[in-house]
Formats: sequence, C-alpha cells, structure tokens
Amino acid sequence: MAHAVPSHYYLIVSALLLVIGTLGVLLRRNIVVILMSIELILNAVNINLAVFSRMHHQANGQVFALFVMAVAVAEAAVGLGILIALFRNRGTILADEMDLLKW
Amino acid sequence: MMPDYAFFFFFSGLTLGGAVLMLTRRNPVLSAVWLIVSLIGVAGLFLLLGAEFLFAAQIILYVGGITLLFLFVIMLVNLESVMRVRQFRRSWPLVLVLGATLAAEFIILLERGKWKVGGYIAFGYQARGVFTPGGPFGEQAGNAEQVADTLFTRYLAPFEVTSVLLLAAIVGAVWMGQRRQDREETGEREAER
Repeated sequence: MAHAVPSHYYLIVSALLLVIGTLGVLLRRNIVVILMSIELILNAVNINLAVFSRMHHQANGQVFALFVMAVAVAEAAVGLGILIALFRNRGTILADEMDLLKW
Repeated sequence: MMPDYAFFFFFSGLTLGGAVLMLTRRNPVLSAVWLIVSLIGVAGLFLLLGAEFLFAAQIILYVGGITLLFLFVIMLVNLESVMRVRQFRRSWPLVLVLGATLAAEFIILLERGKWKVGGYIAFGYQARGVFTPGGPFGEQAGNAEQVADTLFTRYLAPFEVTSVLLLAAIVGAVWMGQRRQDREETGEREAER
C-alpha cells in the first residue's frame, strides 16, 4: 500500500455519483427510480465521509457513514411505504401526475 | 502502485456505469439490478479506502436489504403502462446542461484545490502508508474495532437516537403500507372523479 490512490480521485468519483443521482431525481418520472437516485446521492456522501476518514486518520467519518446508512434505510422504508399508499389511492407512480397541489 | 489504481478504476467504473445505466433503464427491475451493481462498486471503494466495516455494512444493508425492498415494491406497484410512457421529464435538456455544469464545476474545483484541502495531512496517506486512526487501541486495532470504539464512546447518544428513528420508520412504513378500507374507498372515489 505504498502508493495508494490520491484522495481527490475518490472525491471526483463521489461528486460524479452525486451529479448522476441529482440528474436521476430531476429527470425521471418514475418515483421508484427517483428513490433509487436518492440512494445514490447518499452513497456519494458515504464515499466522501470514508475518504475524509482516511485523510484524517480517524474513524469518525466511518461512524457518520453508518448513521447515513441507517437514515437511508429509514428513508427507503418510509418512502416506499408512501409510494405504495400513493399507488393504492391514486393509481399512478409517475411523479408529474401527482399534481393535486399544483395550482 | 498498479493494482491499487486498477482496482480503483474498476470499482469507480462499476459505480458510475451502474448509476448511469440505472438512470436510463425503462424497466424499473433493470434499474434495481444496475443499482445493485453501482452499490457493489461503492462497497469496493470502501474496501480500497480501508473501511472494511463499511464494506460489510454496505453489502448487507444496501445490496441485501434496500434493493430487495425496492424489488418487492416494484413487484407490488409495477405497471406495464408506466414502461410504455415517456420516461424523462420534458425539461431534460435544461437539466442535462445544469448537471454537466455542476460536474465540470466539481471536477475543476477538486483539481484546483487538491493541494490545499488539508496540506500534507490530507494527502499524507501516501507517505504514511496504512490507515491508522488514533484511539486507545493504537495502530494494531482493526477497522471494525476502531469504528466500534468511536461509535460506542463518542457517538453513543446519536447511536441510541438512531434506534428511535428506526422504530419510527418501521411504524410509519407499516402504517402506510397496510390496506385500510376507508382510505381505499376514498381513493376509488378520487379515481372515479
């Protein structure tokens, strides 16, 4: 491990993953894929936390990444529950067809 | 030197390629499969970063848990009609331009600031070699031991609060997922209108 990959390579990968996840949230109409894109964004954050944990030689970042994972699990469970309830009530899983509050 | 870079580019390719393919698939089941590929790539990056515990947690939680949840929900709400309609919003050219701008900005900033992020400490990994966070166990401690040492001392209170969050999420998911007669009738009336 004498010559490890420099940290900013990881940061670039993480930034690109964040951008792809953001594009997924903004582009797609299917809510299932939007929720998956949110998982991608949280994963980009986790990569960043692991990189900075390695940079500073402390485990704090990895602990925070674990917390982010717990929040992601909770978010996925609740989000998919909302999705099922929405599908039962309105019969669609397209984001732009849920325009009840749109004036 | 070479194996590290080879593994890094392999796992980054897995991560980013899986993410792009997840984004562009028409069928949500295929999206979920490419999401698994992408998450495995992220797990490999964790392994390269010396975060073995995160690697295991990533595989178990994400690949084993969340994507399975996604697949079950896709089976529950999968609509053939959704696959036949337009998949992207109408404003997609604007969003793509904004995304490309954001990506270029990130890359330029990271390239310009790579020697200023934290001086030699930030990139001292190459000089010092292995990942050695501080702690009472010293340099011999494994990664899981270090994470546990930090989690159960310094971050004990957030750890306990996380259990409340998970309980709330379980209750909320069950409550929203269950079939209730009165709500269904409302929904049917809503659909008839």
